[in-house]
Amino acid sequence: MTRQAIIGAIQRGLKRGPLPADQRAMLAARIASHPRHIIPARGQLGLAGRITLFTEYVEREFGTVDRLASLDDVPEAIARYLAGQNLAPALVASPHPALQTIPFASKPMLSVRFGVSTPADPVSLQHAFAAIAETGTLMLPSGPTRPTSNNLLPDNAIVVLPASRIVGCFEDAFDLLRLAGPDDKPRGPKAKPRESFMPRNVMLVTGPSRSADIEQTLELGAHGPRRLHVLIIDGES
Amino acid sequence: MLETSTEFKQNAVGAMADAGLQKALARAKPQFAKKRSAAVDKLPEFEALRETAKNIKNHAIQHLDYYLETYAAAVEKSGGTVHWCSTAEDARQAVLKICREAGARTVTKGKSMVTEEIALNDFLEANGVTPVETDLGEYILQLRHEPPSHIIGPAFHLNREDWEDTFRKSHLDLPVDRIFRERRDILTEARGKLREKFIAADVGITGANFLIAETGSSVIVTNEGNGDLTQTLPRTHIVVTSIEKVVPTIEDTLSLLRVLARSATGQDMSVYTTFSTGGARPGDPDGPAAYHVVLVDNGRSNMVGTEFQDMLRCIRCAACMNHCPVYGAVGGHAYGSTYPGPMGAVLTPMLVGIENAGHLPNASTFCGKCESVCPVKIPLPNLMRHWREREFERHLQPQTMRAGIALWAWFAKRPALYRLATRAAALGLGRLGAKRGSFARLPFAGGWTDGRDFPAPEGDTFFARYAAAQKDKK
Repeated sequence: MTRQAIIGAIQRGLKRGPLPADQRAMLAARIASHPRHIIPARGQLGLAGRITLFTEYVEREFGTVDRLASLDDVPEAIARYLAGQNLAPALVASPHPALQTIPFASKPMLSVRFGVSTPADPVSLQHAFAAIAETGTLMLPSGPTRPTSNNLLPDNAIVVLPASRIVGCFEDAFDLLRLAGPDDKPRGPKAKPRESFMPRNVMLVTGPSRSADIEQTLELGAHGPRRLHVLIIDGES
Repeated sequence: MLETSTEFKQNAVGAMADAGLQKALARAKPQFAKKRSAAVDKLPEFEALRETAKNIKNHAIQHLDYYLETYAAAVEKSGGTVHWCSTAEDARQAVLKICREAGARTVTKGKSMVTEEIALNDFLEANGVTPVETDLGEYILQLRHEPPSHIIGPAFHLNREDWEDTFRKSHLDLPVDRIFRERRDILTEARGKLREKFIAADVGITGANFLIAETGSSVIVTNEGNGDLTQTLPRTHIVVTSIEKVVPTIEDTLSLLRVLARSATGQDMSVYTTFSTGGARPGDPDGPAAYHVVLVDNGRSNMVGTEFQDMLRCIRCAACMNHCPVYGAVGGHAYGSTYPGPMGAVLTPMLVGIENAGHLPNASTFCGKCESVCPVKIPLPNLMRHWREREFERHLQPQTMRAGIALWAWFAKRPALYRLATRAAALGLGRLGAKRGSFARLPFAGGWTDGRDFPAPEGDTFFARYAAAQKDKK
């Protein structure tokens, strides 16, 4: 079998047979404890510092940020943003429970469809599971209420992000994912990390899509969204 | 791809005379170095992270058998399938079989150097499956039937006029009199063309930057989002990757990601870093139903335990070629191999044999810049030296070169004679060239004087002057 041939060649190179049980146990323990390495200082700030740094880095990477007091302010903020970009007041929103509580009826001109984007949709609204201040990165895991297509297909991606979910470093964001229940919230203080916590797809998104393939000159909007607009919501967890 | 490494010398001469290539190199080279150093300067922990990255990869390779088996078990547990492939042919057949079972007519492809290494596109095409490259750079190269010239900027050797010309010749359904006013117009046209392909594809093929044993995930890194569309929209996702990409945990991956984009493009993070784990789950509204990993060895397991094991740490950032004076002079195509530059000079002889790639480890000034910027600290000049030794041991160099080295070695082992001979030569040449100060031609030195004058020595040799100075002190 090919698998045995490859493993055998590696073991011959390492001048040993299969690892003895005690060493296998040590490696299994390393995986189980998944130790962290160096965390950059800028990834270890308090919440206020994290929000500031995240905002600064999203903007440096050609994204835009709006900060809102609550989800109630979202319809007005989206209507304002779309008008400012000369875009029609219509969007496709992920069927995430938090997005479904937004009072879109307050803006009857804004047409909202909950579901999965098609290539014909110019604007999407996604809900971020978390964000990483260290580099201005959004964490967008796939799942029944977060279609991956909504991160990719529309030209304009708007993302709702609760301020409390802005963590310092990547490791913090994955720790939230390790502990999360189906509703994103941690499953209580006594819950153990699930054995398979990884959804099909986890996207870490830093700014809008771009390419520098033509003469090393940066152009935004390659295959994914040309614009990325983040709505940071203060009163949400 | 078709390997033409044996013709490196002719290729290099051609590259130096290629005005378009030289224009592209002159534009790109200073950018590469400037962007990396700007990103590194902003992260005080960067040097420490290089050491961490090196240690993580070393640990993974020292236990590669364990981590590969653990990774494969995790993939299977998440509903995916692993196809172990010893050779490039095994890998091509595995991909074709999956495509046939999926009833695929077209496949979209994210950027993958391993699929270049195993020449997947030509093989699929010959077997009735149409591959479509979706990375902007790879897309134009596919239209031009050219191989990539750089592992992360595959089409950097092209100028804007080449893009416009190729698009006009290839996109025949668009108005002939359309105008490309700026680069954005080129990008927009490609985006439109590729959108159709993304939607129509039955299978999406991507590579992987990392494989995670803990979770069975594969990780890709892109700026365009093409890799994500490739792996999200079709029913089947195939990851074509190689065995040395496996690392133990997510935390290990995150540390490597901190040095990858900074070393490559000078970004803190690429725009899209995506972890894929198995196919769509119950309730998922999108994503591929099937997830396959084609795990390629193709000579890598033979590097384990040899002096070339360090090369398995490589995370394909391209910093070595971006900072290499030889790559900067001749570009990537001259190397005639899938992987150019310093990392290619070490890896290619392993993949195709030193007898077919002996020029590559010799195409180095040993300036050491590649090693100094490598995020996983691979001793690239040392590894090239190992290849030169192997080449010498196997008598692969021309007779005149061996004779020349033997003659030099004979003198070098006799220091008194060596000094006498060099002193005679220095004084003799100095006297002969005293008037003009340089020589336009010299016997046995055509390789130098064909390109530039040889300066006439001024005065005595270093040793003689040093000895005289020491005597004066007393």
